[in-house]
Amino acid sequence: MKARVFVTLKPGVLDPQGKAIHHALEGLGFGGVQDVRAGKLIELDLADGTSDADIEAMCKKLLANTVIENFRIERQAA
Amino acid sequence: MKSAVLVFPGSNCDRDLAVAIETVTGRAPAMVWHRESELPQGTDFIAIPGGFSYGDYLRSGAMAARSPIMQAVAEAAGKGVPVLGVCNGFQVLTEAGLLPGALMRNAGLHFVCRSVGLKVENSQSIFTSAYQAGEEISIPVAHHDGNYQADAETLDRLDGEGRVAFRYTGEVNGSARNIAGILNSAGNVLGMMPHPERALEPAHGNTDGRRLFEGLLEAVS
Repeated sequence: MKARVFVTLKPGVLDPQGKAIHHALEGLGFGGVQDVRAGKLIELDLADGTSDADIEAMCKKLLANTVIENFRIERQAA
Repeated sequence: MKSAVLVFPGSNCDRDLAVAIETVTGRAPAMVWHRESELPQGTDFIAIPGGFSYGDYLRSGAMAARSPIMQAVAEAAGKGVPVLGVCNGFQVLTEAGLLPGALMRNAGLHFVCRSVGLKVENSQSIFTSAYQAGEEISIPVAHHDGNYQADAETLDRLDGEGRVAFRYTGEVNGSARNIAGILNSAGNVLGMMPHPERALEPAHGNTDGRRLFEGLLEAVS
């Protein structure tokens, strides 16, 4: 069973990397970009029967720093 | 004083910190590997060094904060044992929840490596008693992720409770309210991005960091 965890900065938290990407896109001539936020995608290969609560605990304990980040879990069909 | 310096894979200021502690206290600290689950009996000062523990993977300090020795550090901190985290050590302390907030990528995206001006905001703590409140000192920084951030409520609380130990005198890394170092609510845990161990001897070009260790030695012994 696979799950994907998307870790993103909370709204309002300054994202210097997103800003740099934004500037680079503008430098390449892509003018229509309003804003860029960079995050992480973590793919987990899990034993069958791993519960949602288990995955959520992994996120809270390690994968995301909930002071500054939000996370979203997406289970993938086998 | 019986000190311990933690060592993680990727720590690179552990020996500098050990030399600083030995120079000031006259006793070499125990070097404690991250896989240990206990600190040496009678440890009365814990130092968490700078470096790039676990290659800064996931987030700076994130892996180190979950290593076995940190459970023992949290217990000791809860009993009032002084804990100093420098640079990566500060990141480890925030990731471990022993200090509030988080250290993010420098606002300018550059690694900053130079001496910076610091204002001593609190001279009442066990770490800063050898400084004068409001005094300006100079200590080197060397970091990529030193941009201290917390929500406004937390920042107000830190300010209101006198828990900002050091503030940058100018812009360094985008830190909220120019925060360079903070204390926990009990005052026995200090995290700071600047490296006091690199400003210890005249040969370093600057001895402003020395008084942090001297003040601590006096407070502990």
